[in-house]
Amino acid sequence: MLEVRGLHVAVNGTEILRGVDLAVRAGEVHAIMGPNGSGKSTLTQVLAGHPAYTVTAGTATYEGKDLLALKPEERAREGLFLAFQYPVEIRGITNSYFLRSAVNAVRKHRGQEQLDPLDFLAVLEEKLKAIGWDDTLMNRPVNEGFSGGEKKRNEILQLAVLEPRLALLDETDSGLDIDALKTVANAVNKLRAPDRSFVIVTHYQRLLNFIKPDVVHVLADGKIVKSGGPELAHELEAKGYDWLRAGAMVS
Amino acid sequence: MTGIEAQVQQPYKYGFVTDIESDVVPPGLSEDVVRLISAKKGEPAWMVDWRLKAYRNWLKMEEPHWPNVTYGPIDYQAISYYAAPKKLPKLDSLDQVDPKLVATFEKLGIPIEEQKRLTGVAVDAVFDSVSVATTFQAELAKYGVIFCPISEAIRKHPELVQKYLGTVVPHNDNFFAALNTAVFTDGSFVYVPKGVRCPMELSTYFRINASSTGQFERTLIIADEGSYVSYLEGCSAPMRDENQLHAAVVELVALDNATIKYSTIQNWYPGDEEGKGGIYNFVTKRGKCAGKNSKVSWTQVETGSAITWKYPGCILQGDNSIGEFYSVAVTSRKQQADTGTKMIHLGKNTRSTIVSKGISAGRGQNTYRGLVKIMKGAEGARNYSQCDSMLIGDQCGAHTFPYIDVRNNSAIMEHEASTSKIGEDQIFYLRQRGLSAEDAVSMIVNGFCKEVFKELPMEFAVEATRLLGISLEGSVG
Repeated sequence: MLEVRGLHVAVNGTEILRGVDLAVRAGEVHAIMGPNGSGKSTLTQVLAGHPAYTVTAGTATYEGKDLLALKPEERAREGLFLAFQYPVEIRGITNSYFLRSAVNAVRKHRGQEQLDPLDFLAVLEEKLKAIGWDDTLMNRPVNEGFSGGEKKRNEILQLAVLEPRLALLDETDSGLDIDALKTVANAVNKLRAPDRSFVIVTHYQRLLNFIKPDVVHVLADGKIVKSGGPELAHELEAKGYDWLRAGAMVS
Repeated sequence: MTGIEAQVQQPYKYGFVTDIESDVVPPGLSEDVVRLISAKKGEPAWMVDWRLKAYRNWLKMEEPHWPNVTYGPIDYQAISYYAAPKKLPKLDSLDQVDPKLVATFEKLGIPIEEQKRLTGVAVDAVFDSVSVATTFQAELAKYGVIFCPISEAIRKHPELVQKYLGTVVPHNDNFFAALNTAVFTDGSFVYVPKGVRCPMELSTYFRINASSTGQFERTLIIADEGSYVSYLEGCSAPMRDENQLHAAVVELVALDNATIKYSTIQNWYPGDEEGKGGIYNFVTKRGKCAGKNSKVSWTQVETGSAITWKYPGCILQGDNSIGEFYSVAVTSRKQQADTGTKMIHLGKNTRSTIVSKGISAGRGQNTYRGLVKIMKGAEGARNYSQCDSMLIGDQCGAHTFPYIDVRNNSAIMEHEASTSKIGEDQIFYLRQRGLSAEDAVSMIVNGFCKEVFKELPMEFAVEATRLLGISLEGSVG
């Protein structure tokens, strides 16, 4: 599904990722943990194509395609989704209009017919039902006046409607209380599928109590310094990150 | 919004020239030219006298330079003040309109042929200095509504024209209004009788075609007691390297309990990337709420012109009268706009609302200038103003000059202002959901303008949304 090799990334001349290797197979859930400033968010942003980041070396292959050669919107239309840590507000545009435009952009790319508002409403209702949510966010302007929890919930709602094959979740748990965290985690669990992979970036192990990852990676100083099973997350929770960081410097 | 991508190849799609034989008066302005225009229109003596009075005033006036715009000197003697297609139809017989003119308006999306007309919209089509066709006149006459070229109104309804023309914008109001009064050639006239709700939208489409000419149109709309009318104007011009002057005057009069809704979609040629060519749009528009409980509502979407200078205002004379101004002004390339409104509160319990959205992209400069004046007798007056500016890129500018003059202590004034910038993160967010960069900008901008677009008649709101996308084409990398 996704194969990242020796990825080096810089922002404004400062190198943030220094040779990341990552292989994600279809249906897998990978967690990427690490201390502040280790480059976790950068990895998701660069995979999604944020123009502020420059890839200085390395490759990223997504379903056999050179991911880095695609524009951000092309990556999205090919089924790559990023749940943002800080979703932006769009004044005057309702969530449902925005989502329909996004769905239609993807459908157009696939050569499918465009959905009119009524068709879309039917699709939306079905998706909401699948994750057990209501439509209270749909007629409000995109993220405008949303609480932190609502913004994160809205990201997952978009994920549900857009049906990506690769979903990147950037600190979706940050700023959520325990109930909101469970709600979001439950929805993500319902969206797990054999042909859909997740890369979940998180600072804390907390989220992983609810979403069981297949693989856990530790990113420190721009490199993946350790990978393991779900038990690695517990180890990190107990020991912190420093022991790995020291190891990274030695190696 | 998906159509925007298709527009990339043709940023200004109305830039074509119609090859038609025209009767053009040689460049230059003098009393003889004023008399010649009046004679060509077959006007009565009172009209030519009024024009000459305005002309003599104009000679003593100075071109205003207080707007926040810059341009080279205008040579008023180099402009031709009258251009008209030679083959003109006889009155009341649309079938005789020159097929070239029919095709021109067809290309602009304004069908004037009987079988293709826009349903529910009556159109007056003005080509250079003359009205070439007015649809649905007979239908409107059944309701007593008069909708015709103003030149025809001067001949057929002199009592109405004489009673109201120049009562809202006097002949010496300002430099460009005085010039217009001296040389105006055509425009629309509307009269809605007492208690009549005009059964369809009325609209005028202005087209400049001839080169080295100016367009000076004059519009007068009178809504008699208890009547209602919604009027819309649109405009476009060919792409040329020269600057062309468009100096219009619009006067609205609303009597007791009458409402006039006036919408503009202005899409004059804006000039090229380097600021060469384009229309100078120097316009005076004013509505008078003459009667009690009357209402004048202006909605404008200004996307074209090299320079826009206009302040559609309301004189709130009648008690409880209402003035509204909703505006979207876009400046991209090297366009400059200095636009806003004037709300003059005279009557008791008068209310005004101002919602202005300025969008600057490229190297555009966008200025909001507004005056709210509460006079002594305007007991209980209220105003709400909201001015929002949006910047796209880092080479454009947004400026706001709100003037408030309150002479009655009972007034309640509210003013809100904001400035925002479309950021890389906002665009990236939308692109990450599959939208192209153009569609992303278009969506953000349309959301920003929503409060104004919802004031437009439905079919024109769609047009405005589309135009906005085109005029911002290529403004993000």
